[in-house]
Amino acid sequence: MNLLRRVVDAFEERTGLLKLMGDLARHPVPPDTGWWYVFGSATAVAFIVQIVTGIALSTAYISSSGDAYQALQFITTRALMGNVLRGMHFFGASAMVLLVGIHAIQVFLMGCYKYPREFNWITGVVLLFLTLAMGFTGQLLRWDQTAVWSIVVGAEQAARMPVIGGMLAHFMLAGKTLGAATLSRFFAFHVFFIPALIFAVLGIHLYLVLHDGISEPPVAGKPVDPATYHASYDKLIKERGVPFWPDAAWRDVVFAVAVIAAIVILAVVFGPPKLSKPPNPSLLARDPSPDWYLLWYYALLALIPHKMTTPTILLAPLVAIIVLILVPIVSNKGERHPRNRPWAVGAVIVILMMIGTLWAEAIHEPWSPAFEAKPLPAVLVGASQGPVADGARLFYDKGCEFCHRISGHGGRRGPDLTYVGDRLTKDDLTIRIMNGGYNMPAYSGNLSPGDLEDLVIFLRSRRRAPASVAAVNSELTNGGQAAVRKDFRVAPVRASR
Amino acid sequence: MATDSEQSEQVTEHGFSPERRNFVARVSIGLMGLGALIVAVPVIGFIIGPLIRRAPDVWRPVGKVDDFKIGTTVKVAFLDPSPLAWAGVTAQTAAWLRRKSADEFVAFAINCTHLGCPVRWLAKANLFMCPCHGGVYYANGEVAGGPPPLPLFRYPVRISQGQVEIRTSAVPLG
Repeated sequence: MNLLRRVVDAFEERTGLLKLMGDLARHPVPPDTGWWYVFGSATAVAFIVQIVTGIALSTAYISSSGDAYQALQFITTRALMGNVLRGMHFFGASAMVLLVGIHAIQVFLMGCYKYPREFNWITGVVLLFLTLAMGFTGQLLRWDQTAVWSIVVGAEQAARMPVIGGMLAHFMLAGKTLGAATLSRFFAFHVFFIPALIFAVLGIHLYLVLHDGISEPPVAGKPVDPATYHASYDKLIKERGVPFWPDAAWRDVVFAVAVIAAIVILAVVFGPPKLSKPPNPSLLARDPSPDWYLLWYYALLALIPHKMTTPTILLAPLVAIIVLILVPIVSNKGERHPRNRPWAVGAVIVILMMIGTLWAEAIHEPWSPAFEAKPLPAVLVGASQGPVADGARLFYDKGCEFCHRISGHGGRRGPDLTYVGDRLTKDDLTIRIMNGGYNMPAYSGNLSPGDLEDLVIFLRSRRRAPASVAAVNSELTNGGQAAVRKDFRVAPVRASR
Repeated sequence: MATDSEQSEQVTEHGFSPERRNFVARVSIGLMGLGALIVAVPVIGFIIGPLIRRAPDVWRPVGKVDDFKIGTTVKVAFLDPSPLAWAGVTAQTAAWLRRKSADEFVAFAINCTHLGCPVRWLAKANLFMCPCHGGVYYANGEVAGGPPPLPLFRYPVRISQGQVEIRTSAVPLG
């Protein structure tokens, strides 16, 4: 024991590290910081989990375009605890994104970004976007069919940038096409470049936390005044300050361990995201979409007016970064408590509602054609032969069903046509089918007159009440369109699956 | 015990003159910059190398002329311009090849001009559809509906010694 003590003392005498660490850990912080202050440290802990699990995964992962898929299969199915480790890395990334978001909201709502902590807010904004960059590049290292198409989508978005767009896209791909060099490039970004930046900016972030001190909990009616803030803060620390370790840090430890436990439990229970097909760019049956934290942005690109796509791709991230950086520059003093900052609270609610709504839409992807749709069953069509049955077959063959829904079958891209016969006449339907619309192709050169007639008959038969044969036949005859079909039979439409 | 200013003066007396100290500091900073520069040049050059040293495009055979029926559109797969040994299946790419007449072919890029997703050919519908955001194209590649801003891009295609050949190109980007 004496020997150990002497070794420690000798080490301390020559380095002073223990005193330094102790002083840092026990630096005084404001009292009553509470549980709202745990999200920053929890984000850092999630980052550490990512480093540890990432290093472990890198011992088996091969950053070669030709071998990574097999390496991932090996890690997932054969390596001891590889499945759990991949799961931890995925849920750790999710935790990091979620926590950095909550941390940003907490800092914003509590006005912690105000004087003298403006620059630390800016470093936090940089860390937020670096975290998202880690998430995107990490998803691509899951080197399957989704990954390669996600890279192409990412390159396409980069290419929208004026002047340098094409070069930027080919820089991402590491060439003119996706290939051998692409994965190595993203691996280097994910494992070296971006983490190095995170370490550097996180270092500044933590230094500034120590330099400026942890912000005291906001008090309603006590605004920040740069002229008096330091004196007020120093007085608070001197009179009521408590050592960070362990008086305040115990909550950070409890929450961080809970986060780690949640990551492990989720990894064990749900495992990592499944690998899709091999990363062969000539396999086309894939609908690439990002992981959940960028899914809302993907939905945004689907729902905005088409002409707004390029401006949105170019300006939305830029505007977001500029607005976030401007926050402490525009408002670095005054009230901190959310009770007296209704606009701040309102802005957060609106942003969360917008992202939440886009997320909810993204889960169903109503804008995507339902290629998995099957032909409508005869019982739903109401006929097994004749024009209605033929029309139903055309409804599927011509791709209508991929975008239109009938009685719970088909896509959601276009209007639901379950009862279209109640609201559109024969002429309405004919015009729409022939001319197309905003999202719909014109079928004028794509349907024979007979096919068009059958399709219209089928759609006219989609009604709440059973359509009478005589009525529809009469409608057709009066319109001078087609001969009366003797075999026309229409059954009531079934509204459910 | 000497004060800070006294110590500073002592150092000044025993060290460089202010002018020389200024000169040495500037030279040191310049040398550090030079050191960084001579490391940075090959590093940056290597990283942006793919933009400068590009593989030349080549013609790739995708099948015999008689393998394709007139009026049909089929997917053809072929290799990148310069596949490396460790590219594996990522060296593959594809195009939608349409035979318009006995001696006329059109090769459409598989990438939607909206965001680059892989479009599918629906033979019975005579349409290309994109799974991502519902872009639709006619058989001739023109936009039929949805968000794509441009028609499908086309690869150069030719017939050589009874073979249909497609000229490799960069990933088409809108």
